[in-house]
Amino acid sequence: MKYISQYLIILIIGFMSELLNAIIPAPIPTCIYGIVILFLLLFTGLLKLDAIKDAARFLIDVQPIMFVPAGVGLIVIWSEVKDSIIKYIIVCMVSTIIIMAVSGRVTQFIIRCTKKGGSSNE
Amino acid sequence: MNETMNEIFLGSAYFGAALTIGAFMFGRWLQKKTGFILFNPILVGLLICIAFLKIFNIDYEAYNQGGKYVSYFLNLATISLAILLYEQFEALKKNYLAILLGILSGVLTTGLTLLIFAIIFKFSHTEYVTLIPHAITTAMGMALAEQYEGYVSIAVAGIVVSGITGNVVAVPVCRLFRITEPVARGIGIGTASHALGTAKALEMGEIEGAMSGLSIAVAGLMTVITMALFAGLY
Repeated sequence: MKYISQYLIILIIGFMSELLNAIIPAPIPTCIYGIVILFLLLFTGLLKLDAIKDAARFLIDVQPIMFVPAGVGLIVIWSEVKDSIIKYIIVCMVSTIIIMAVSGRVTQFIIRCTKKGGSSNE
Repeated sequence: MNETMNEIFLGSAYFGAALTIGAFMFGRWLQKKTGFILFNPILVGLLICIAFLKIFNIDYEAYNQGGKYVSYFLNLATISLAILLYEQFEALKKNYLAILLGILSGVLTTGLTLLIFAIIFKFSHTEYVTLIPHAITTAMGMALAEQYEGYVSIAVAGIVVSGITGNVVAVPVCRLFRITEPVARGIGIGTASHALGTAKALEMGEIEGAMSGLSIAVAGLMTVITMALFAGLY
């Protein structure tokens, strides 16, 4: 029953995020509201990590399986996109390398600046 | 023949779920056995499912009768990612300026790169919004692609491809661009290639791994905001 009560809390947060998604007219996916709600609950101490930890970890562990059905949806749009697949792959690969280099360099640059600045080492 | 096949499968609430989980577990086994990064369980799983449906002439609709029960938990699992952010929050406090600006620069770079590629390859708006969230974690990227009416299945595939790329290029990219600070390495890898990159970052070191893990959540949340900006540009 431990898992069920933990799962209930996650379900309620899930429902709250559906409500927010319906009320707030912004292009924000439902799950994002849920992440923010759960984070704030934990951060403010209103909810203890132990109260949801096991069910949450289980869901995170098995999450990769949940992407498969969406990916299989490729079959539906295949004729529409088959000529462009190679382009998509190239874009993703090249873009990944650029992003990694930029965010790594920028982070390193700022770390070194603040280190040189000395005192502001919080 | 085809008609009856579809009818049997259309009536089943279990077939799609069993195929999905079976195909994924096979992919997982294959990767463990070979240690080959391209044998990503999501990638192998979806390819096996597609092959199976093609061979036996089963519609996606029939497959999804069971498949949808696997996806049912997706939003809840994504919400659960908040516990990881909470656990890594202490790490963020130290160096927060460098971390936040570093991730932000990566997220803005994603939008810009995609904008340039979209112009070069003459992408449709649908293709463009599908690929903008390719660097972030699958759950959030998929949700964003859906929200902006992109191709959700391409988004999933693109995110996995990016993750695998990040995992493979992490070490050479850090060397080539002389990224030596462990924090900076972790931020770069996590911002560009989410959980699959983080697996490599963890091999590189403890700080790299923690920072990469932190970047997954932060980059995802930032992309929700920048996506609103970039989606309107093309």
